[in-house]
Amino acid sequence: MEILKPAMAGTLESSDAQVMVEPGDDGIELTLQSSVMNQYGRQIKATVLETLERLGVENARVAVVDKGALDCTIKARVECAVFRSCGQSAANIPWGGAIR
Amino acid sequence: MKNAVGREIPDFLLENGKEVYQGKNYMDGKYIQKASPRTKRYEKPQESKLVETLADALKQCGAKSGMTFSFHHHLRDGDFVVNMVMKAAIEELGLEDLTIAASSLGSAHDPIADYIEQGKVIGIQTSGIRGRMGEVVSQGKLKTRAIIRSHGGRPRAIEAGEVHIDIAFIAAPTSDCVGNCRGIGGKSNCGSMGYAMTDAKYADHVVVVTDCLVDFPNMPASVEAIDVDAVVVVDSIGNPKKIASAAARISQNPRDLMMAENVAKVIASTPYFKDGFSFQTGVGGPSLAANLFLEKYMDERGIKMGWAIGGICGPMVEMLKKGKVGKVIDVQDFDLDAVNSINQTPNHFEMSASQYANPANKGAFVNKLDFVVLAALEIDTGFNVNVLTGSDGILRGAPGGHPDTAAGSKVCVIVTPLIRGRMATVCEHVVTVTTPGDCVDVLVTDYGIAVNPLRPDLIACLDAAGIKHVPIEELKEKAYSMVGRPDDLQWEDEVVAVLEARDGTILDVIRKIKPYSLEED
Repeated sequence: MEILKPAMAGTLESSDAQVMVEPGDDGIELTLQSSVMNQYGRQIKATVLETLERLGVENARVAVVDKGALDCTIKARVECAVFRSCGQSAANIPWGGAIR
Repeated sequence: MKNAVGREIPDFLLENGKEVYQGKNYMDGKYIQKASPRTKRYEKPQESKLVETLADALKQCGAKSGMTFSFHHHLRDGDFVVNMVMKAAIEELGLEDLTIAASSLGSAHDPIADYIEQGKVIGIQTSGIRGRMGEVVSQGKLKTRAIIRSHGGRPRAIEAGEVHIDIAFIAAPTSDCVGNCRGIGGKSNCGSMGYAMTDAKYADHVVVVTDCLVDFPNMPASVEAIDVDAVVVVDSIGNPKKIASAAARISQNPRDLMMAENVAKVIASTPYFKDGFSFQTGVGGPSLAANLFLEKYMDERGIKMGWAIGGICGPMVEMLKKGKVGKVIDVQDFDLDAVNSINQTPNHFEMSASQYANPANKGAFVNKLDFVVLAALEIDTGFNVNVLTGSDGILRGAPGGHPDTAAGSKVCVIVTPLIRGRMATVCEHVVTVTTPGDCVDVLVTDYGIAVNPLRPDLIACLDAAGIKHVPIEELKEKAYSMVGRPDDLQWEDEVVAVLEARDGTILDVIRKIKPYSLEED
């Protein structure tokens, strides 16, 4: 998928994560802040990159501000931000396909 | 050298007879030589000990660089006195190389972090350390290693001369002109002044700082004029709103209530739950709510609580007034109901920190406790508890009375949710051992109960009462299945703080934290 415009998903509430995606042209540029960085930073990074790969996103600037979200939440926030960024969040979401 | 909770204690800390933690009651029966202060005689009758400013008081007490100043923490996060005194000492008198020995410190004391960075404050001895001060100490900016002690360990160390207080500063809600202090009757009331009492007896000099001067004699005094050199009146010693909260309310959170109900069930299943039993609880959500459910069991069986100790709050005072508890003995007050009750409600008494929890005296109150209900930041499969360092390894808590009550009580119940956000509360290894597992008996979480295998008697009690429990490893795995297995924290070698067990042996060390990198090494 191609990131067409900036989009955001999630909140800064405890146990949530806020994900912002923007168009990019040099692969995935990820910035990550997390309240549980020292114990889960690498796992969060891996989860974000895996999710983007699954969605076929190859170029994007991605900023994640994590407030101790579980992996399932992080995945959902990344997916939602990506679908919003290409105007596909209203219908035809590939449940069971790229989204699982 | 490895200690009894499996922590590696560097040999260079084991000098002057310092030992590693060997297990509870290791020091039982040993003798200590108590230290004594060198104090000034005031033989000629004085009309008053009032001095104009803190700087004057410091000068009168011979304040100089390199000294140790002590403080108590009853004004909690509302305290102005620590910052005020250190400012006068450093900025007006130009002193440096100072050590702060406080019963606890909080985020109210963030400005002290600047003095640490400037090298003016070089030593910290405390129970609690939080906010910016916790951060700068964890970054290795304090010149000497901080020493963290429990509320019982502190009076033990003072009495043994391991910390020598040059000047004790007593924040006093009321004082008369010669220094009889009380925690009530003023505009910044804190109730009990228990943590200040040992300081006043063992410091070379004692300065009372008050914002409410009252007529002589201010009785019954928590700190007595016979120990006081000078009295300073300031505009305000603290922010009353942060000193004592409005009445501590019992949680309505269903998860807290479920855990609290299980705590009460566990307590009621033991043979110690009988008429006249003794009890202490924290003021955290589920701990405090345990009171409510316990009361139901007490009514059912027609029994009363003999006495309660601790940090006291409104719900316990309520039980005292209803006649459900015989006596309340109070080292600190958490809310206005408790502040307004101490020495006013019959059978609500004040006690010193030593009387509360000191393991080296001849019998502190904690030694007679049947039950204590406590919280935890983390608890590991060895039942070791951490209440000091955050999941990032930074100092942001306090052992407080946790290790003392856990060691003294017959049944220590830890109540905590299994996970907080993404943090596994039940884990493989706690970051820092603040309360050793040999003192902790039962763990109650929202996903199940575990009993320390060291207590087969309690396992039998729970089984007989039909209370389901599981091995603690099962709770840990459950937690990790939800949040994932955490990476180990990365540390430098440098030890920035030493955590003493209550008996003075070394329980754990806190090392300088390594900056985190997202790349695998």
